[in-house]
Amino acid sequence: MNITEDMVKEIILEVLKEIQGDEKTAARPAGSATQLQFQELGTAKVGTNRNEVVIGVPPAFGVAMTQTIIDIPHKEVLKEIMAGIEEEGLKSRLVRVNKTADVGFIAHEAAKLSGSGIGIGTISRGTTVIHQRDLAPLQNLELFSQSPLVEKETFRAIGRNAAKYAKGEHPNPVPVRNDPMARPKYQGLAALLHNKEVLYVRPDVTSTELTVQL
Amino acid sequence: MGKRQKRFEVLAERAVNQDGFIKEWIDVGLVAMDSPNDPTPSIKIENGTVLEMDGKRREEFDMIDTWIADHCIETDVAEEAMAIDSLQIARMLVDISVPRTEIVRLSVGMTPAKYVDVLKHMNVVELMMAMQKLRPRRTPSNQAHVTNLKDTPALLAADAAEAGYRGFSEIETTVGVGRYAPMNALSLLVGGQTGRPGLLAQCAVEEALELTMGMRGLTHYAETVSVYGTEQVFVDGDDTPWSKAFLASAYASRGLKMRFTSGTGSEVQMGYAEGKSMLYLEIRCVMITKGAGVQGLQNGSISVIGVPGAVPSGIRAVLAENVATVLNDLEVASGNDQTFTHSPIRNTARMLMQFLPGTDFIFSGYSSVPNYDNMFAGSTHDCDDYDDMLVLQRDLQIDMSLLPVKEEDVIAIRNKGARALQAVFNELGLPLITDEEVEAATYAHGSKDMPDRNVPEDLRAIDELMKRGTTGVDVVRALAKRGFNDVAQSVLNMLKGKVTGDYLHTSAIFDENFNVVAAVNDLNDYNGPGTGYRLEGERWELLKNIPAAISPEDI
Repeated sequence: MNITEDMVKEIILEVLKEIQGDEKTAARPAGSATQLQFQELGTAKVGTNRNEVVIGVPPAFGVAMTQTIIDIPHKEVLKEIMAGIEEEGLKSRLVRVNKTADVGFIAHEAAKLSGSGIGIGTISRGTTVIHQRDLAPLQNLELFSQSPLVEKETFRAIGRNAAKYAKGEHPNPVPVRNDPMARPKYQGLAALLHNKEVLYVRPDVTSTELTVQL
Repeated sequence: MGKRQKRFEVLAERAVNQDGFIKEWIDVGLVAMDSPNDPTPSIKIENGTVLEMDGKRREEFDMIDTWIADHCIETDVAEEAMAIDSLQIARMLVDISVPRTEIVRLSVGMTPAKYVDVLKHMNVVELMMAMQKLRPRRTPSNQAHVTNLKDTPALLAADAAEAGYRGFSEIETTVGVGRYAPMNALSLLVGGQTGRPGLLAQCAVEEALELTMGMRGLTHYAETVSVYGTEQVFVDGDDTPWSKAFLASAYASRGLKMRFTSGTGSEVQMGYAEGKSMLYLEIRCVMITKGAGVQGLQNGSISVIGVPGAVPSGIRAVLAENVATVLNDLEVASGNDQTFTHSPIRNTARMLMQFLPGTDFIFSGYSSVPNYDNMFAGSTHDCDDYDDMLVLQRDLQIDMSLLPVKEEDVIAIRNKGARALQAVFNELGLPLITDEEVEAATYAHGSKDMPDRNVPEDLRAIDELMKRGTTGVDVVRALAKRGFNDVAQSVLNMLKGKVTGDYLHTSAIFDENFNVVAAVNDLNDYNGPGTGYRLEGERWELLKNIPAAISPEDI
């Protein structure tokens, strides 16, 4: 096993986190979950399989950043979405949208690449959109705009609903949650995270087809 | 730390310590109103063309610089205005002997960096003084949010009716589920005109749909047309100042009032602030709005308030951006519309900045529903705070545009709003609103008290309604046929308002007799003590008589 510098840093952060224990600390390590092992398969193409849902993520997802704003590891995020899609008997395909960190445009790009016309966009902090290729970029089928309220179960439900739209069904939207106090607690942090997210955006690079080991 | 000090333990549990605070990060623009990366004010004009602005030559302009230089800055007065010392201009803003007209004549010649340079000299009391003097409409007013977690229509109509009855001049809704938008708009239209004839209503959703609903007469105005202070954020939203100006013209051409929306912190929130201060970028938004010929702007950070709220001097910057707006002679809908703190003390302090001087819309908007139902993710204050607000008006003798009400009257108006909508649903073939829903909506605190609806069935019916081409005229017909003649007449009068177009004037609202009240016929004439809008006479009698007050005769 190769020990890279990043891994050492990660281990140190993990240990520090344990030592600090219950103590409330404002500063949290930005990415203490493990990185995802992606394999790149070249430029993403428009699918022909009507039974697929495409999941789009930005460049930092799973690599430079590894967990959502409420610390759900990106590994779990993808696992849950994919499991939700699979529960409905459909297949998922993963792409990295390099050119933007805007969740609406990532979801729309995923939808345009999807054989079924349905795509999901998820950015690192957890904000998620279910999109359809025929809609305007800033429209959506379902939008989960408050990242601190997107939990593990939400991701599975999102996968399920996306698959249902792909099958031409009219599912009940995933119940919308609302917490007026999410903003005061998290918005400053969300701004920090998003500024990190956009550091990795490559406006001139087309989307990449990915596989991932979960 | 070993042993905790007991007072610190208590402090740690205080609401304010639930808030997130961040230190300034200047390189990315996490700084409120003073970044070393902000440009220095300058202007160079030749033959009426701006050749240099804020240290940049014309060939270096980005699209926002170009827009501001070509469409906003009045080159006739620019050299005169730019030559005046910024501190001197700041003093003019608070000087009661300098009239509003003189300031507005000069302000249109100032560059974005000049605005920042002026506002940086002012503390919050001075900024409030400037707001009191410079807001366009003499009479302050207020806007309410009307939404709920279930998008349930009977409750929206009842809440819209109550909001109108309590004195708001505008109501705004949005959706939990996007495709509910037209039904929510319809619910506010009917409920709103029931509660108070002349109440303006809007539905904040995706722009094309929002415009469609306006053109069909389901809404009366639009507000959430967003502009941004850096090129990259604009492009990320698939827009330019030109496309936004085109959209603004589309509204104007149909006689629909509209304002743009922006706010400090949005650029850094989206990751492209170029290291500039939030206020500098926001002033570029104000000037984009002015350049587009739009009559007003909603700002005060709005949905990004957690960002300026988290950095030093952020809430001062938020007031400064409101002042920058009225300084540009634009209507201001001044925020106070999103939760930004767990602390009731911080919350009220933030709101006083706009309430004390008065603005065109102090809140944009005030949550007329419990915050758990507020689909703008909560407002600073909600329906549970009404009585506190009534007492604040009475304590300070300042008008927040909120009327004291009796419980039985509110029950009656809520019931009528819900029944009127029930009738319209019947006539338009929408999935029925049951008597049980009307009853629940009449007495509800929020959507937790409402039965569930069949959502897929509602969504299908909404798609059909939009395909059929239903308009406000169909709503008038439905109301009249079912005996709601007064509501039908009000909905019709609002449609007529679009034909005459008088409410396109700056800061326009309707009174209950459909007279337009705007900066044209109600221009702010504040010029020190004894002038401007004062809460007195009949209106003061009305507002000071809160139901809780005991009269001597009662004892």
